[in-house]
Amino acid sequence: MIELRNIEKTFDGADGAVTALRGINLTIGTGEIYGIIGLSGAGKSTLIRCVNMLERPTRGEVIIDGEDMTKLSASELRRARKNIGMIFQHFNLLSSANVYDNVAFPLRLDNVGESEIRERVMPLLSLVGLDDKAHHYPSQLSGGQKQRVGIARALASNPKVLLSDEATSALDPQTTKAILSLILDINKKLGITVIVITHEMQVIKDICDKVAVISGGVIAEEGSVLDVFTSPRQPITKEFISVIMPNELPIEFRGKEISSDPVAGAKLLVRLMFIGDSADEPVIAALIRNYPIDVSILSGNIDHIKDTPYGRLLIGMTGEQSAIDEAMAFLQSKDIRIEVIGYVS
Amino acid sequence: MSADIMTLLLKALGETLRMVAMSMVFASAVGIPLGVLLVTTARHGILECMPINKFLAAVVNALRSIPFIILMVAIIPLTRALVGTAIGTTAAIVPLTLASIPFIGRQVETSLNEVPYGIVEAALSMGATPLQIIWRVYLPEAMPSIVAQLTTVVIALVGESAMAGAIGGGGLGDLAIRYGYQRFRPDVMLATIVVLIVLVQAIQFIGNTIAKKLNKK
Repeated sequence: MIELRNIEKTFDGADGAVTALRGINLTIGTGEIYGIIGLSGAGKSTLIRCVNMLERPTRGEVIIDGEDMTKLSASELRRARKNIGMIFQHFNLLSSANVYDNVAFPLRLDNVGESEIRERVMPLLSLVGLDDKAHHYPSQLSGGQKQRVGIARALASNPKVLLSDEATSALDPQTTKAILSLILDINKKLGITVIVITHEMQVIKDICDKVAVISGGVIAEEGSVLDVFTSPRQPITKEFISVIMPNELPIEFRGKEISSDPVAGAKLLVRLMFIGDSADEPVIAALIRNYPIDVSILSGNIDHIKDTPYGRLLIGMTGEQSAIDEAMAFLQSKDIRIEVIGYVS
Repeated sequence: MSADIMTLLLKALGETLRMVAMSMVFASAVGIPLGVLLVTTARHGILECMPINKFLAAVVNALRSIPFIILMVAIIPLTRALVGTAIGTTAAIVPLTLASIPFIGRQVETSLNEVPYGIVEAALSMGATPLQIIWRVYLPEAMPSIVAQLTTVVIALVGESAMAGAIGGGGLGDLAIRYGYQRFRPDVMLATIVVLIVLVQAIQFIGNTIAKKLNKK
């Protein structure tokens, strides 16, 4: 659906050229929700603007539906842009137009008839839950409602792609959740491909299928959200994940010496990660029943990555070394991810 | 105050209103598009074209640096060529218009620059043409501000039209100079001043009311 090939972007700044993107390659499949996460200044907003040519890449190709956006004429580009809806951090609604007219805006650009506009706008307003606000002006709406108008407007021309540029960054956590579930809902109902730019890992975790971590104008890590979350490779990725999934040990173990070699009488700390169906398996019960060891559960939580349940458990095992080794072998035979932290006394 | 003074005052008010209204219409017809061009041809504008932008800015600055009273006299040949005479209300409309065009251009430029670029970017992302962005984004979004700025221009025109009166343009300024000053009639002077004050207050009130009604922010 969307293919970015070797995208480079250089800006002419006051103190010479600034390179925002240094060779980005991405492939985004039809109907996917693709997240791009990075810190401010990482180049993510420039990257999403390159998709619809609000920024023209200095080098590289942007292929959408087999068409290279960088090679289109001005009028061809305007036509192509009607296939790409976009929503913004600051909503960018017309303050002089009411909700109805804002959503009708892209249709009026194409001189669509007023009755047809009504048939298109009203269902969109009910899709985003604003049926009763058609005649309100943006200044009379909350941030979340404004973004709903932005979403309805972006969908008005029936686009195949939706670009979301930090769409929830100006919203409070509850409103963010509501807007994210609306985007997810639209993606499911309309099968629209979505690119989400964010600096919040929570957004990626809640709605994205795939994620690219961008840093310093290059993609540091990329893959399915589940893989990236459960086995991040780059420090920047780990940092993003640790914000929403703290990896710290419980307070009583902090500052204590942790040994990777067995220590007599010490507790072996192990972090277990259950993904998907393995979350249902009674692994701990089997562990206690089958091996002569004591198992204490130190911390744990169950979460979801999009629709996949994902559990994390920190356990401590004490007992004869041979029993511990056997127990570890048992755990490793199971369909769970294991991270051995070490022995602590 | 006698009835003839009243008649003179009404006639002068009529002439002032005519000068201001006609100049405003002609000057807006050129000045508003000029303001639009100043914004859209600027760097990163939707019709970026620096040579045109620099040329327009230079012309605007040149015209604005000439004091009105000098401009009025300096363009007498042009005025004569356009309306056949250099004296009278109609003749005064030419320099008034010419002086107001760059003023309106700059005022409209300021108003349009207040429109957040994000809204323009949103329209671009929806495939709007530059003309559609001007008509459907820039002008409606800036309209309350444009109205407020044009109100200032109208009031400035009232003042300039009085200067035009000094060289035979008619209107309230002419009345005040000829009767109030040259014939030592303080009552006429006072009456003219009162009428001017009321006129300016009324213009400001109307401008504010329209701007407020248009503003949905």
